[in-house]
Amino acid sequence: MMKKISLSSILSQLLLLFFVIIWIIPTFGLFISSLRDKDLLSISGWWTSLTTTEINEIYRMPGMSAQIEEDGYFKIKGKLFEENSGKKLERFGITSKKINEFNVSEVAVFKDESEVTIDEDGNYEWRSKKAFKKKKGKRLFTTSLNPPSFTFENYKEVLFKEGIGRAFVNTMAVALPSTLIPLIICSFFAYSLTWMKFFGRDTLLAIIIASLVVPLQMSLIPILTIYNDFGALFGVAAKSYPGVWMAHTGFGLASTTFLLRNFLKSLPNEMMEAAKVDGASHYDIFLRIIIPLSIPAFASIFILQFLWCWNDLLVGLVFLDQVPSEIILTAKLKELLGSRGENWEILTTGAFVSMTVPLFIFFALQRYFIRGLVAGSVKG
Amino acid sequence: MFIVFLGILFFISYFHISNLVLDVYGRRSFKRYHFENSIRVIVFIAPAFIVLFIFILYPVFETVRLSFYDKFGREFVGLYNYKWAIGDPEFRRSILNNFVWLLVVPTLSTFFGLVIAKLADNIWWGSIAKSIIFMPMAISFVGAGVIWKFIYEYRGPGDTQIGLLNAIIVSFGYEPQAWITIPFWNNFFLMAIMIWIQTGLALVIFSAALRSIPKEMLEAARIDGASELKIFFSIIIPYLEQTILVIWTLITIIVLRIFDIIFAMTNGEWQTGVLANLMYDWMFRGGGDSGRGSVLAIVIMIGVIPILAWNLYKHRQEQKI
Repeated sequence: MMKKISLSSILSQLLLLFFVIIWIIPTFGLFISSLRDKDLLSISGWWTSLTTTEINEIYRMPGMSAQIEEDGYFKIKGKLFEENSGKKLERFGITSKKINEFNVSEVAVFKDESEVTIDEDGNYEWRSKKAFKKKKGKRLFTTSLNPPSFTFENYKEVLFKEGIGRAFVNTMAVALPSTLIPLIICSFFAYSLTWMKFFGRDTLLAIIIASLVVPLQMSLIPILTIYNDFGALFGVAAKSYPGVWMAHTGFGLASTTFLLRNFLKSLPNEMMEAAKVDGASHYDIFLRIIIPLSIPAFASIFILQFLWCWNDLLVGLVFLDQVPSEIILTAKLKELLGSRGENWEILTTGAFVSMTVPLFIFFALQRYFIRGLVAGSVKG
Repeated sequence: MFIVFLGILFFISYFHISNLVLDVYGRRSFKRYHFENSIRVIVFIAPAFIVLFIFILYPVFETVRLSFYDKFGREFVGLYNYKWAIGDPEFRRSILNNFVWLLVVPTLSTFFGLVIAKLADNIWWGSIAKSIIFMPMAISFVGAGVIWKFIYEYRGPGDTQIGLLNAIIVSFGYEPQAWITIPFWNNFFLMAIMIWIQTGLALVIFSAALRSIPKEMLEAARIDGASELKIFFSIIIPYLEQTILVIWTLITIIVLRIFDIIFAMTNGEWQTGVLANLMYDWMFRGGGDSGRGSVLAIVIMIGVIPILAWNLYKHRQEQKI
């Protein structure tokens, strides 16, 4: 009996491991790729960079200006590989037809009777009895072993040259207010829906619950029209940061209110009554009692709404101009997918930059994130 | 950056100043106390209600109205836009694709979520496993699109494949494929991305729900000699029926308005378009057609109406208790 249980437990652990591997590999591949040399990235799969691999390269030696005279020979010396690259030469050739013709340290002789030798570390010596007369040197075809090597070059390029850095700042300028504004106004709204008595409260609550599932698409066209009219009327740009904040506030309002109300409802009624008897106004109660008690709930909702705004594409596309000063990360990535679809070093690095903030929040505040999701779904 | 602080400050000061004024006003006499209270309700509700009205309530009615008007929203055209939609091959294709998405994604995400939650339950490295599978939830759909486009990357038959999927296929001796351009099947490659993301959502909710199953019930079944598989199907699934339904509807709502993944991966080409993409297209195509765009939005809305009604019904029931 014991043995049977442990067997099924091993099987289920293996199955879980299988799922975990499938789930992690795509992100892992992206991360590794973003750290690879961009030339290697386009000619070999990212998984090859984890182990030592064989690669073929072409190198052209410098011409006559580099020659020196030594021991009765004219020599051109140099290094095939960059300093500290860790590459090891395996074989080389001097024509494109036989790229593996010579072993390391063998002497290769060109048609003009000049000779070349290369050692394992890629130091070559090209010598000839006669002086070199050509401006360009000859080509060497090399096969070398490449140890895993990673670089931050792609990040430098993407952040400063491709405009991802700017888009990152823009996204922050969109996401932060778009999270804080609904949090502020919805906390008052949820408070009044829970603890104040007024005409039409139940109807309002029903409207909130209905609004929870209304798709964003229902609002796009009328709101874009309002923005355009507003812009034309006051002579300001129709698409702007405040416009996006309010749009995000509107679309996040129902869920934020709903989650907060569910939380507030769970607070003990006696506490409010006692405060009221002591002569506290609703605002006093809100500031002194509700806010301190709601910090965990605020944290969960903040994370949910912030991630939603950070990861959003549609709202940013419709309500912002696609110019460098306003474009958000997701829209920028989409643009790069179209224009630089073959430049995987830019795409993978850009995507990873866009994921840094969500991943940081995810790992640092996972508890609140999960709590928010669970609270939101159990009822919604 | 300055404007960011200004924007947030505006809302804080609105609440603070208006409430301080009311506090001072209300303390003067008892009569004013009641008046003050009703004003305060308005102060508390007004900003949220105005936003709700402008961004949700008014647009819903306006979109319905616009769907009966021409492309500029000026002339009444009756059912013309709806007739156009029914006859439009792109629309039919989108409806079909949306339908397949709705059939496949919520079901598989819920299924994987439940299975993984059960597998990771009571294993020492279970929480790490859950973290990893949950992680895609934090990533944007566009970011996920880039990640998976890299997996589906296609190179000609002779070249080195840098996309993982093609590299695996080639190593088994098959021809590499341009996955996202194969009509109909490419939908499933896009859906895989969504399942990859949404399984995490299902997983965390199921994990919480699994803990609520009474231990005694499971123990009793084990003593009676039921296998783990039997327990899973005969006890756990029926017990979590409600949760399964909730997660399934939750993912259904998300899938119904799916836009980003398709927009980033194929832009609706190779017959992968869905309603939300077609709608976005019509918002700007030919200078924008608000009539056709609205019809498409309404079709998406119709999809959520049963869920909306069900939620309201449940809410009503709770209020009665």
